[in-house]
Order: sequence, then C-alpha cells, then structure tokens
Amino acid sequence: MSEHLLSIVLFTPLAGMFVLLLLPSSNRKLIRVWANIAAFAGFLVSLPLVFRFDRSAEGFQMVEKAPWIPALGAHYYLGIDGISLLLVMLTTVTGFIAILSSWSAIDRYEKQYYAMFLLQQTGMIGVFLSLDFLLFYVFWEIVLVPMYFIIGVWGGPRKLYAAIKFFLYTLAGSVLMLLGILTLYFQHHAQYGVYTFEIDALMQTAMPLHLERWVFWAFFIGFAIKVPMFPFHTWLPDAHTEAPTAGSVILAAVLLKMGTYGFLRFSLPLLPKAAIDPWIVHVMVGLSIVAIIYGALVCLMQDDWKKLVAYSSVSHLGFCTLGIFSLTPNGLAGSVIQQINHGISTGMLFLIVGVVYERRHTRLIREYGGLAHVMPNYAFVFAFAMLSSAGLPLLNGFIGEFTILQGAFEANRVWAAFAVTGIILGASYLLWLYQRTMLGRINNPKNLKLPDLNLREWAVFAPLLVWALWIGVYPKPYFEILEKPVAQLVERVRPGYFEAQAAKAPLEAAQAMESRMEAGIR
Amino acid sequence: MMEQLWLIPALPLAGFVVNGVLGRRVSKAVVHTVAIGTVALSFLWVLKTLSALMPLETAHVERYGTWIASGSLEFALEFAVDRLTAVMLLVVTGVGLVIHIYSVGYMAHEGGYYRFFAFLNLFMFFMLTLVLANNFLLLFVGWEGVGLCSYLLIGFYFLRRSATTAGNKAFIVNRIGDFGFSLAMFLMVVTFGSLDFAKVFPAVEKMPVEAAAGVVTAICLLLFVGATGKSAQIPLYVWLPDAMEGPTPVSALIHAATMVTAGVYMIARSWPLFTHAPLAMDVVATIGLLTALVAATIGMTQFDIKKVFAYSTVSQLGYMILGVGVGAFGAGIFHLVTHAFFKALLFLGSGSVIHALSGEQDLRKMGGLRKHTPITFVTLVCAGVAIAGVPPFSGFFSKDEILLAAHHHHPWMYWIGALTAGITAFYVFRAIFLCFFGEYRGEGRPHESPPSMTIPLIVLAALSLGGGFLPVPHFLDPVFPAMEGQHESALVFVSVALGLAGIGVAAWFYVLRPGLADRVAASLGGLYRLVYNKYFVDEIYWAAVVRPVVGGSRTLLWRVMDAGVIDGIVNGIGGRARDAGRLVRLLQSGNIRSYATWVLLGSVFAIIGMGLAGGLR
Repeated sequence: MSEHLLSIVLFTPLAGMFVLLLLPSSNRKLIRVWANIAAFAGFLVSLPLVFRFDRSAEGFQMVEKAPWIPALGAHYYLGIDGISLLLVMLTTVTGFIAILSSWSAIDRYEKQYYAMFLLQQTGMIGVFLSLDFLLFYVFWEIVLVPMYFIIGVWGGPRKLYAAIKFFLYTLAGSVLMLLGILTLYFQHHAQYGVYTFEIDALMQTAMPLHLERWVFWAFFIGFAIKVPMFPFHTWLPDAHTEAPTAGSVILAAVLLKMGTYGFLRFSLPLLPKAAIDPWIVHVMVGLSIVAIIYGALVCLMQDDWKKLVAYSSVSHLGFCTLGIFSLTPNGLAGSVIQQINHGISTGMLFLIVGVVYERRHTRLIREYGGLAHVMPNYAFVFAFAMLSSAGLPLLNGFIGEFTILQGAFEANRVWAAFAVTGIILGASYLLWLYQRTMLGRINNPKNLKLPDLNLREWAVFAPLLVWALWIGVYPKPYFEILEKPVAQLVERVRPGYFEAQAAKAPLEAAQAMESRMEAGIR
Repeated sequence: MMEQLWLIPALPLAGFVVNGVLGRRVSKAVVHTVAIGTVALSFLWVLKTLSALMPLETAHVERYGTWIASGSLEFALEFAVDRLTAVMLLVVTGVGLVIHIYSVGYMAHEGGYYRFFAFLNLFMFFMLTLVLANNFLLLFVGWEGVGLCSYLLIGFYFLRRSATTAGNKAFIVNRIGDFGFSLAMFLMVVTFGSLDFAKVFPAVEKMPVEAAAGVVTAICLLLFVGATGKSAQIPLYVWLPDAMEGPTPVSALIHAATMVTAGVYMIARSWPLFTHAPLAMDVVATIGLLTALVAATIGMTQFDIKKVFAYSTVSQLGYMILGVGVGAFGAGIFHLVTHAFFKALLFLGSGSVIHALSGEQDLRKMGGLRKHTPITFVTLVCAGVAIAGVPPFSGFFSKDEILLAAHHHHPWMYWIGALTAGITAFYVFRAIFLCFFGEYRGEGRPHESPPSMTIPLIVLAALSLGGGFLPVPHFLDPVFPAMEGQHESALVFVSVALGLAGIGVAAWFYVLRPGLADRVAASLGGLYRLVYNKYFVDEIYWAAVVRPVVGGSRTLLWRVMDAGVIDGIVNGIGGRARDAGRLVRLLQSGNIRSYATWVLLGSVFAIIGMGLAGGLR
C-alpha cells in the first residue's frame, strides 16, 4: 500500500466521484454529505505525504513508474519534491474547503456539480505529481473540462461567455505547449534513439539555443495564459466573476498555480539555456512587473467586489513569476511560498465575497457598506484576509513577498524597486475596498438584517486563518521543504551559482579588502 | 543567563488575545483590568529585568530561534537590551501604562470598549517588539505592526467616514515610507549578508571608506524614507494631523509619545550606518529642521485643539530628527523622552478638556475653563512651560542640547531651530490662553474629569517639569559616539529668550488684547490663508498623485487597455474565427448537386496543382 501513496492521493477524489455517481440524484443531502466526505478523505490521505517526505533528500520521492503507452514511450510516472508537495497539499486543503463552502450555494444539479469538483481534484493533483510530460499534458487538459462546466452551468449571468472564453483561451495555450512538448520529444529521439516523455530523460536532451528559445515561447504561451501573465490575463476577471464561489476559490488557489508550476517544473529545468537568456529573462520580468503594478491599479477602479479580487490575483501572480525569473534561491523559494499564500489569502477573499453574495445576490461594492455592524465576525475574518493579502508581517503574505523581493533585488535592483510599489498599491485597493464595504453607516436597508457567519462558514474559514498565521509566524518548515528543489533548480539553470556565492560572501569580501589595504599600507 | 525578555511584549499580547476573544462577553471592568494588568506586569517585568541587568554596559541578547532561513540567509528571532532599548522600554511601558489608566475614564461612555483596549494592547506588543528587536527584519515587524494598530485606532470611530479615511491615509502613506525601508533592508542583505545589528554595524566599521560611501549613503537615505513616514517628516507628514480622528488617548500614546518616535529610534539605533554617511546625515538634519519650522508655523493658525498639538508633534519630531541628523543621538533620544512626557500630557489634557465639553474641540468655543477644570489647567500649563523650553523644565534641557549640537554642525541650523522654539512657545500658549482664559464661549456645562483621568495628568505633569533632570544623555553615553562640543551659554540665553518671548506674544494677543490676533491675521491676508490651509499640501498631493493614479487607472488602464485593446484583440480573434466558420459553413449546404460541383472544382484544382508541381507527366 504505502509504496502507492501518490496513486492513492491522486485517485481518492476520482473514486469518490464514481461512488457519487451511483447515488440517487433525488437525495440531495446524501450527495452533499458524500461529496464532503470524499473531499475530506482526499485531504486525509494526503497528510501522510507531509510526514513521510524527506526534506534532506535530493530529487523526487515516493516515485511510482509503470508503462502506460509503450508504443509512444509514455509512462505512468509519479513523484514528488518539495515544490509539488506544497502544491498538492494546497490542492487537497482548498479542495475540501471549496466543496464545504458550496453546501448551500449550489441548489441545482448537485450531483453533477460535486462530480465535476472531485474530477477536477484528481486532475489538479495529477498535474502536480506527473513526471511524464504526456501524462502531465493529459491531466492538464482534464482540468479544463470540469472548470468549463462549473463556470458554464453554475455561474453568474454572463456564464457562457466567461466559460467559453476560459476554455478557448487556455486550450489555445495548451496546443502550443503540446507543440513544444513534441519538439522536445523528437529532439530527444534524434539524439538518443529512444522515444520518451520522462522529464528526467528529456532533461538530458541538448538543444541549440535558438531551438530552446522557440520551445520556451511555446511553453510560455501555455503557462502564461494559465498564470495568467499580462497581457494574457483578460479571461481571468470574466471567469472569476462568473464562476460560483467555490469555482473561483479553486481557480485562484490551484488552477493558476499550474502555470507557475509549469515554469518551475518544465521551462527552467528542460530549457536552462533559454531560461537565462537575457532577452527572455527581461521579457518575463518586465511582464511580471507590469502585471504587479497594472493589476493593482486596475483593482483600484473596480465597482465589482469579485472582479477586484480577480484583478488582485493578476498582481499577486506577478510577484510569483518575478520570483521565478529572478533565478535566485530566495526568489524561487519565495515564489513557491507566495503561490501557497495566494491560495490562502485570495481563496479567503473569494469566500468572503461568496458569503455576502449568498445573502444578497449582488457583487457591486456600492450595494454594501457598514457591514461590520451587523456582521462583526465576518468583518474580523475579512480584515484578517485583507492584511494577509496586503503582506503584513506575522501573516503569510509578508514572508512570500519579502523573500521574492529580496531575490529580485539580488538579481536587479531596479526590478525590486518597481515591484515594491505594488505593495503600496496593494494596501491601497484593499483598504479602500474594506472601507467601502465594511465601515461607515449602513445606508442600504437590505443590509440591516444580514446574519453573521454561521458554524459551517466558520469551519470554512478557520483552517485558512490558521494556515495564514502559521506561515507568517513560523515559516521555517516551508523553507526547509523547498531548500533542496530550489537549490537544484538554481544549479541547473546557473551552474556554479552556489560556489560563486560562497566565494564572495560579502562580509569576508570586505574583510579581505581591508586586509589587502592594510598590507598595502605596510 | 536568560531574563525572559520575550515576556515584555508577550504580556500585552496575551491581553489582546483575551480581550479580543472574550471582550464582547465580559464587563467593562474585566476588560480594562485585563488590559491595564498586562501592561502593568510588562512594566514591572521591564523594571525587574533592567535592575537585574544593570549597569548594562554591553547589550544583553536573547535568542529564541530562527524565523526565516532561506538559502544562505538567516533571520533570527532575537531580542536584545542595551541602554538605548532600556530607555525606550521604560518610556513605552511607563507612559503606556499611564495612558491605559487614563483611557478607563475617557472611554467609559464609548462603544467598542473591548475593541479599544484590545487594539491598545496589541500596539504595546508591536511597539515593544520594535524596540527589543535585534535585527532590522524583526524591527520591521514591529514597525508594520504599530502601523496596523495606528490604522485600527485612527479608524476606531468607524461610523465616521473622515475617521476611516484618515486611517487609510495613515496606512498608505506609511507604506510609501516602507518602500524605502524595504529597499534598505534588501540592500543591507546584499551588502552585508545579514540584517543582524550585531553583524551589520561592525561590518560598516570595517568597510574601507571609499567602498562604504556610496552604498551606506544609499542605505541610510532609504532607511530615512521609512523614518519620514513613521515619524511624520516632510514630505510624508501629512497623515499625522489627520490621525487625530482617533480617540485622544490614542493620539497621546501612538501619535505623540511612542509610535511616531520609532523613526528617531531607528536612526539612533543605526548610528554606525549614519555616521558613515555624512551626506545622508545632512539630509536627515535638514529635513528635520525644515519639518520643525513648517509644522510649527501651521500650528500657530489652527483652531482645533488636537490639530494644534498634532502639528506640534510633527514639529517636535523634526527637532528629534534634527538632533540625530547632526550626530547628537543622545540628545535626540533625550528629547524623545521628555517629549513623551509633555506631549502625552498635552494630548491627555486636551482630551480632558474635550471630555469636559462633551466632545468640543474648537478653541473658539472654549475659554475661561481654568475655573471649571483647575487640575487640567494647571497640568497643561506644566506641559506648556516644558515644551516652550522654560528652564528648568524638561523641554529646556533636551531641546537646548539639540540646538547646541545643531549650532556646532551649522550655525544657521541653530538660528532656525531657535526661531522655531519661539514659535512653539507661542502656539502652545495661544492654545492654553484660548482654552482657559477669557470668557467661556461655548454652551453646556464644563466639568472636571474623574480621578482616573486627572491622576495620570498629575503624574505626567511631574515628569514634564522634572524630567529634564533625568540623566538620560549621560546614561546613553556608552551607546553613542562621543560628541565633541563646547557649551555656548550665550546661545542658551537666546533660545530661552525666544521661548519666553513666544509666551509673551501669546499672552499679549490672547489675554491682554483679545481681538488683536484676528486683526493681525486679517492684515497678513494671503500669507495667513496659505499657512491656515497648511500650505495646501494635501490639495497638491491630491491633484498631483491621487487623482491621476485613480483616474488614469479607470480610464486608461481598465477601460482602454484591458477592456479595449487586449480584450478587443482576443474577442477579435474569436470573432474572425467565427466569421471564417460562417463562411466555411456556406459550403455545407446539404445540396448534393452543390457538393458535386465542389468535388469537381476541387479535382480540377488538384490536377492543375499537381501538374504545376510536376507530379503528372
């Protein structure tokens, strides 16, 4: 059993889905209860990953490998490292929370809804666990389908437009990504005479720089649309706004991270020459900084509460990609932590919109105001999420942003200076949103009788609150988990980086200079 | 030997947690007992620790573990006490305790009682973390945390839009300052590989002068950007006057005595950096001096009693910044201490007046109150003579030390500083005379405040009068570099004379010749309006920064760029694809004859094509 832990984690939600399909659609209560049990089981089976993960080991752990399509050289090949461990845990936790938050929000086609959610869980976990590029691609595409239906069936007024836009946008990206994968695949065959999609084998493929560049851009389209990076982000506000709350939560918390994960798992290690190509780095960093500032500025002007949170994702993900392409250990570790943080904080912010949307069925900011009077607990949770998203020390966001910016500063001071302005703007739009929705007097009589959080809603928020505080106060385990994979990535892209760093440890350098000067004086 | 320094901030934190969780369900008595009790215990723990550690010639460091370890970087959870921290701990917990007690009376009739005390305790936690921190990152944690509490407490009356807007302004302006602080930290990590005081400062000392000049100056200037935010210096001082929207005890504790002095503390703490960056020091001193002067002039014209004292705080912070900027670190901290006494007293006293008048803050509606609120009157006069620099009261000693150091640095700095001292004496006594002398101009029946408020006033009055004899500069001697300097007793007479003149003019204008002030103001016309409207700085910032950013975001970025250009292209591609589909759909007519025609046409094209390609021969 234990050597198949990853498979168990991967397929528990799918098994839950099959059982769900056998239940009678008329018994809505049973369907809800079962979906929650299945999602919680998905979380429980993923817990042993944390305890069995060896932080000091290099490479992938708990690897499973079996032939899948021998004719193509495709394998059922799973494994986990620090980066995927954190993202899998994020998936299982937020998946359960999202399903719990749907309890009263979804009142039609429950069976199909929860089935889609469970299928999506398996798809997302598969993306993070696959070590075979074709297997990855299959999971990557599988994820599209449930999200398309979740938006298109259970979404808001413009759900069809949003769903189709989401689907076509991401599909277009993944087709180009497939071209990139196939180029690698055939290049590998030309050099080694073997057809394989295994990532570690493909890493051996040596390609000329110009070809690496082309493949990089093919991957880039696929991943950048998913992240989304500026200027491929316009599907996001629509999809987020129209999706049901739980859909937005998963979309923000996990789906977007598939893009950043793609950069970390494929673009950097498979195309190391392209990844340090100055031109490419500058484009990537430039787009990240534009996303940070642009996303935040557009947030300032939103009238729609949910759209504001959606645009804030663009800004936050800009920090994540900036960290990746700073190509420094701090930037990369910070990026992964910030991906988790964004899942927690933005997940909470979407859930927060969902709470009042369920009560009032409007997302317009001007419909609200003064909610802190009638919903003090809700006001507390919102304030907490706001501060975590704004990067206040002792909460999670600060840890990620600080490390990313430190990494970016090491790479280029001007980048960091621009990116830091995003933190100023981040505080601005969040505080202003909070003021307009929660503070002041209640001017809208419809808001006078709004009930505060109920027990189930508390249960939805509590794990995220605890998690945000945990990362903020005691982030050490996260950095330990990430140390090896990040070091490997940096060494892969910039061979000799760590030796060079050790050689020019700044303090010793200053002392060396001083001793030289003293020698000169004598 | 561990002294359990962590208890000092942890006790108020516990108070915050208890009141935050249970406060809504328990009585007010329980709430303030918990809040005051934890701060009192913290104060006692400071006393116990310091008496155990005396004479404290070197820093006492306690390490509790690692907070962040990423790559080669490690940031420790480390607290330290040296003599500078000792002074700060005593001020923060001591004045904090007095103000906590005062709040019981002041807030007795306010809603959200538990919320107020919980936030106040949270503030104590962060402020104590700030002064105990042994590295810049932990200091920054406290720095951000006190900013959060400031935001929460400025917006305490969250029904008032002006209050919540002032809170936002404070937070965002401070974030602009943090921009500098963050970059300074990144630059320190890159330069020194650490943010520990114990590593950075010795490393600066060891750096060769040429290598140090550029980078250390940059670090210091960036740190100073942070200080201009937190300590309300030009150009980021604009949030502090608005912060007076908060309850008066908050103005006294956070926006006068402690939090706003964090920038001064931070610069004094970083003296090994600043002394290696003479250019940065000059910038610091100049900005401090300019802030002192500009804010003092605004203070002369305001009619809201709290606004007068707010601008006074900005001005006095300018003195402190001037002090540390000219290298008189001990004098800067000394002024921080005495200012904590007399400015907290000015605010608590004005709070007592406001309380007596059921919320009235306009000086024009006060007057003659010395008969109704004698204790408040006497204590406020004590604060007044202290801030005006009348010997031998506390402000005289600390301010003169700064001014003498400024004279040693650049004589013109002394003269501007002395002029500001005269203005200071004028506006403080203007407020006191308008408030307590003449005839009562308001409605309602003024009444003296309860003992829980007047006793703190008396305590602070004693400290304001006698605080100058505390041997703070001497105590701090081992911490800071020695100042060479000589006492110019003639200069002391000049500044004292200017201070007394300021009091005299105020008395002339507002007691002996009431109405004269209005005539002078009217004769000054435009100049008066310029100062009265605070040089229109807020309006300029609004027009030059806020409006373009907000408006530009709406029209240019969102409407034009996002919805127009990008989505236009995307939907355009989608639309073209649909058009193409529509065109191709015409082929699928379901008509057999038309299909046959297409087949024929296709075959012909195929044959011609192959022929051209040379396939058929």
